[in-house]
Amino acid sequence: MSKQEQHWEKSKGLLMMTLAIWFVFSIGIFLFGAEMNEVTGPFGYPLTYWFTCQGSLGIFVILIFWFANRQEKIDEEFGFSERGDD
Amino acid sequence: MIKGNFIDNLPKVYGIYTGGFLGFIIIMSIAEQMGMTAKTIGICFVAFTVAIYAIIGYLSRTAQADAYYVAGRQVPTVFNGMATAADWMSGASFVAMAGGIYFKGYGYMALLVGWTGGYVLVASLLAPYLRKFGCYTVPDFIGTRYGGNLSRFMAVVVLTVASFTYVTAQINATGTIASVALDIPFQYAVYVGLISILLCSMLGGMRGVTWTQVAQYIVLIIAYLLPVFWISNKMGAGFFPHFMLADEVSRIAELEAQFGFVKNSAENLKEVPKGLAGITKAHSAVNATPWAFISLALAMMMGTASLPHVMMRYFTTPSVKAARKSVGWSLFFIFLLYSSAPMLATLSKLSLIDPSLPTGIIGKSIAEVQSIDWYQNWNQANLMFVSDFNGNGTLELNEFFMGGKAVVLATPEIAGLPYVISGLVAAGGMAAAMSTADGLILAIANAISHDVYYKIIDPKAETAKRLVVARVLLVVIGFAGATIAALEIQGILGSVIWAFDFAMSGLFFPLVLGVWWKRANKEGAIAGMFLGLVSGAAYLVWVRTGGSGFLGITQLTFGIFGSAVSLVAMVVVSLMTQAPNAATQKMVDEVRIPAGKSILGKQH
Repeated sequence: MSKQEQHWEKSKGLLMMTLAIWFVFSIGIFLFGAEMNEVTGPFGYPLTYWFTCQGSLGIFVILIFWFANRQEKIDEEFGFSERGDD
Repeated sequence: MIKGNFIDNLPKVYGIYTGGFLGFIIIMSIAEQMGMTAKTIGICFVAFTVAIYAIIGYLSRTAQADAYYVAGRQVPTVFNGMATAADWMSGASFVAMAGGIYFKGYGYMALLVGWTGGYVLVASLLAPYLRKFGCYTVPDFIGTRYGGNLSRFMAVVVLTVASFTYVTAQINATGTIASVALDIPFQYAVYVGLISILLCSMLGGMRGVTWTQVAQYIVLIIAYLLPVFWISNKMGAGFFPHFMLADEVSRIAELEAQFGFVKNSAENLKEVPKGLAGITKAHSAVNATPWAFISLALAMMMGTASLPHVMMRYFTTPSVKAARKSVGWSLFFIFLLYSSAPMLATLSKLSLIDPSLPTGIIGKSIAEVQSIDWYQNWNQANLMFVSDFNGNGTLELNEFFMGGKAVVLATPEIAGLPYVISGLVAAGGMAAAMSTADGLILAIANAISHDVYYKIIDPKAETAKRLVVARVLLVVIGFAGATIAALEIQGILGSVIWAFDFAMSGLFFPLVLGVWWKRANKEGAIAGMFLGLVSGAAYLVWVRTGGSGFLGITQLTFGIFGSAVSLVAMVVVSLMTQAPNAATQKMVDEVRIPAGKSILGKQH
């Protein structure tokens, strides 16, 4: 496998992982919205309510930065990162 | 004070700007103490901020294609994040979102999840690859990746349909705010709004829009957060509302159980002015089926990843790496406002319905409520209404009606904040609506001037001529939008949601598969865009004209049907026709690695 193919395999793996986490917090948990809302979540809010107004939103922010860092590492590993400016 | 390169000095420039704006707020509050009228304060806020944007727009003027279309590709990560957040958060987010949460609770929160979750798709599937491509517009990517004028033209069509649906709503919102703040009739205020919008984008194109959007973000976030924190502290609900409103949320649930949701008869509801609603849904309980919630969230997420005015913001970063990070910053800046909207809705609702609070009106006598100053003001503005349906003389939960906008606009006044805050909120709403309208008008005008005029009609046109065409289109599209906005056909929020559905129907899969599926070819993309858009639009028309729909897909989520058709059409047609040639396949390989030259040159 060429260097470029390996790089793309790894990038695809990262994409799958990112999309899986995204799926859980944007779709998965809301399949059980009614049941989860019985539980008290962070700061004392009902759990599903908390996810809709802070939890999922905050997790998406962290997820994007995490993804960006991981992808940068993959690019560096194969020598495909850009030089110079940020 | 400021030396050297503008880009290097950005933190300093916007630091001074923010300080100046805070100073202006303080001056205005002193003026209020000295007896300046509410109306003058409103005019000062709107006029002062719009004048600043116009100055930034003028200073950003340019005669270079690179600067006009992609701001010279040198916008730093964090500032691009702010500009995207302003581009993204429209009049609907600013004025209508807290109101939607107030009235519809959980079912509406799907929009919050959808409008943020979509950025994960933007960051992982598209933005960095389109940045590497080096295109000026979204159709530029489609046209080059798939080849041929027809695919490019189809992309322009989808972009125009989606963005134009969206922009009329934004011009409508600027008009509404301008007409309230400046006290002029709506049909003139729409054009005042339009001229303010064009002042930002005409001379500098993307460069002008970028630097005004950063300025607009600063205004709108201050205007949103300051009242939320202030009200929370004043009510004694907690100094940091986001972490401290659990008691208030459960108190609302308690009151809801105590009052009950009494259903009004159709006859009684006829009395209520159009556009006002009562509280009929639980605040924090799950009040929608999983599919209703998930389908709306999913449609908004895929729509986010297909809307060209957002995507083109990531063409302006200096590198692929920066484009990825910039998506994270965008969502962070959006999160600041979105996570505050439910808090504002909670504070607003509790202060109105809790009889044990001095501001609470439920349980008071109707005559007493009707004599409150703020009630009279907002009743006159057609945003509040009470009526004694059961004739017992006291106000019940089902007898109080409010417009969605009132949650953001009226809560500061109800909570007893000085008028200067209301002026600030007007300036914030104006900034939110203007920044989105600018991004959208520019997206349409750039697509038509670059992709239709330059790439299809006259590929030999000189830069000067291209930029004249781009600017003329900007004005024409702006006026067309304003004219339709003045007709007031569809509500602000409804048309915003439709725009997402149109975009995802036609563009989501052609964009994503363009990067992630090498086998995707021109014929497939054209079929995907055409059939996706047509079937989505047909479904909308069908449901609007009394059709029953299927699978629980409503007029707000028709993009799910459209994009499914688009995916099937694209895959089937691609596989039935010839694979893309070696050059195209190599181009896709190139796009997938950040290093090396972009596919399209610096000047193209």
